[in-house]
Amino acid sequence: MSFVPGQPVTAVVQRIEIQKLRQGNNLILGFSIGGGIDQDPGQNPFSEDKTDKGIYVTRITSGGPADVAGLMMGDKIMQVNGWDMTMVTHDKARKRLTKKNEDVVRLLVTRKSLEEAVKHSMGGYPRP
Amino acid sequence: MTLLIWRRPIHPPLLLAQWSASTGSCVSPRCVGYSASQRENKLVHRQFGLERSRDRHKSRSKDSRSEKSVTINTPPAEPLLGDSAVRGEQVQDDNWGETTTAVTGTSEHSLSQEDIVRITKDLEDSVGLDCRRYFTRTLAVILGLLVFLTPLAFLVLPHLLWPEKLQSCGTACEGLFISVAFKLLILLLAVWALFFRPARAGLPRVFVFRALLAVLVLLFVVSYWLFYGVRILDSQDENYQGIVQYAVSLVDALLFIHYLAIVLLELRQLQPCFSVCVTRSTDGETRHYNLGQLSIQRAALAIIEHYYCDFPVHNPALLSASKSRAAKHLAGLKVYNVDGEFPAAPAEGEWDPAAETREEAEHERRVRKRKARLVVAVEEAFTHIKRMQEEEQKKAPGDVMDPREAAQAIFPSMARALQKYLRTTKQQHCHSMESIQQHLAFCITNNMTPKAFLESYLTPGPTLQYSRDHWLARQWTLISEASVTSGLKDGGVFLLKCVDFSLVVTSKKIPYIQMSEEYIDPKSHKFVLRLQSETSV
Repeated sequence: MSFVPGQPVTAVVQRIEIQKLRQGNNLILGFSIGGGIDQDPGQNPFSEDKTDKGIYVTRITSGGPADVAGLMMGDKIMQVNGWDMTMVTHDKARKRLTKKNEDVVRLLVTRKSLEEAVKHSMGGYPRP
Repeated sequence: MTLLIWRRPIHPPLLLAQWSASTGSCVSPRCVGYSASQRENKLVHRQFGLERSRDRHKSRSKDSRSEKSVTINTPPAEPLLGDSAVRGEQVQDDNWGETTTAVTGTSEHSLSQEDIVRITKDLEDSVGLDCRRYFTRTLAVILGLLVFLTPLAFLVLPHLLWPEKLQSCGTACEGLFISVAFKLLILLLAVWALFFRPARAGLPRVFVFRALLAVLVLLFVVSYWLFYGVRILDSQDENYQGIVQYAVSLVDALLFIHYLAIVLLELRQLQPCFSVCVTRSTDGETRHYNLGQLSIQRAALAIIEHYYCDFPVHNPALLSASKSRAAKHLAGLKVYNVDGEFPAAPAEGEWDPAAETREEAEHERRVRKRKARLVVAVEEAFTHIKRMQEEEQKKAPGDVMDPREAAQAIFPSMARALQKYLRTTKQQHCHSMESIQQHLAFCITNNMTPKAFLESYLTPGPTLQYSRDHWLARQWTLISEASVTSGLKDGGVFLLKCVDFSLVVTSKKIPYIQMSEEYIDPKSHKFVLRLQSETSV
């Protein structure tokens, strides 16, 4: 999932809609994120390309809203409610996900298995 | 001449008659009763009061002034006597002298048994050591003369024995004369600097390296003489330049032997190799020193010199005080079996540790109280005098005092507090009245504050600080299982014994250190951010 600077990024994504769960005063989603343009990409265990500074899902609380919605550990989040997540700082990503006035977040996530499934089904290179 | 003093009051005229009959020569009251307490002195003085000779009056008035404020037990400047007096009286009891009789010695030189033993030991040892010291000195001087006169003899003998045959000395040869002269001068100075120093100590065995060097020098000179005798004297060699060069080579070789002497005697032990731990056997004071490769006797000498400078002075009164305190406790708790058998051993585990700590706390409190009073008294005493300025000198010449008189003037006001403090901390035998007044005069002369004056009495200083009489340790014996000329070893132990205590010395070798190297390129110091946050949402 490396990108060439100046070229649009293409990826096979899955749309996941998560309903936030109210716990006391907070709305939680039930997963943890890591990564960001201000973080060290080499430490990311889930990325294939170790220069990828995108936001990745690092942990999922089992039984939580994200688990129910089908989010998996290691997914790279491309969009949150229409907002791009491939070039954001870690804190910005957190803020986008935890807006208090939103009850639901619609994520576009990508993972390796998606690419392979498409390749397998289409028999080759996904046409842009 | 033995004098008897009767305690109970006796009819004065009778006593006087007795006294004047038996004491034909003038026995001043100061001679009498030196090894007894001050109270005896007072009694004798009162009875002597009828005889008013001039010196007796002076001494009596001095003592009567001392009756009021100063009752420091040790009389001035009589070391042996002072020690024996203190050892006899462990517990200060003012009623001690009431009903006893005392036999005083002949004059102010009465001695106790222990001091006699000590003196004879000192005498016989010093005689033996002196003999040996003179013997080695004379040997060294003879060897030195031999060494210095040999090159000169080498140069002079051909001129005396076969002057006609001898070739005349050319320029190069005369140049060699100058070099011989200066090298001999340098050798003389170097030998004087290294060997002719005042001896620090008398060691039990011969100093091995020095003996070896002396033997080496002797062999060397003898071999040169042999060669000279056989090849030059017998054959009457005419080549004078060769002879002069031979003499120059001798002096050069002697200088090299002197270099060897410096390395063996001085340089070898500079690098620390051993760490020795010195413990005093009576109170456990411990110090650690670093020594180089030395023989045991030289190491012992170095340790004793450090002892005099570092260890606080040995105070036997402190040990007996703590022992008597402990004994008092145990004594108070004896358990007896009333059925008529032997008394059971005192129950050791049943003493009251709380009581002992209580008593120690009380002792501490007493010491602090006395110290506070002492500080106040001394500060007040110091305000009584001030240094006189130049302008005032003309105004009042009568009241001017030199430091000694000033010290004597202010001493009585602080004497009582000082004496009480010294007695509480069991230091009273270390300081005589004379030494205290001397110290006070010294402090006044050098503009020291009361605190500076008191410093030497508040803490026990190193042994050197006190006068020689109170050192209590002058003759040392080295006790060692290994030979004293062998070197220090790892784990070696030896003892340095003196009359009252001993120093236990253990030596440990400083380990061999294996060091390796790691090179760091200065450009390799680079840093990156390692932020790795994981936020749960």
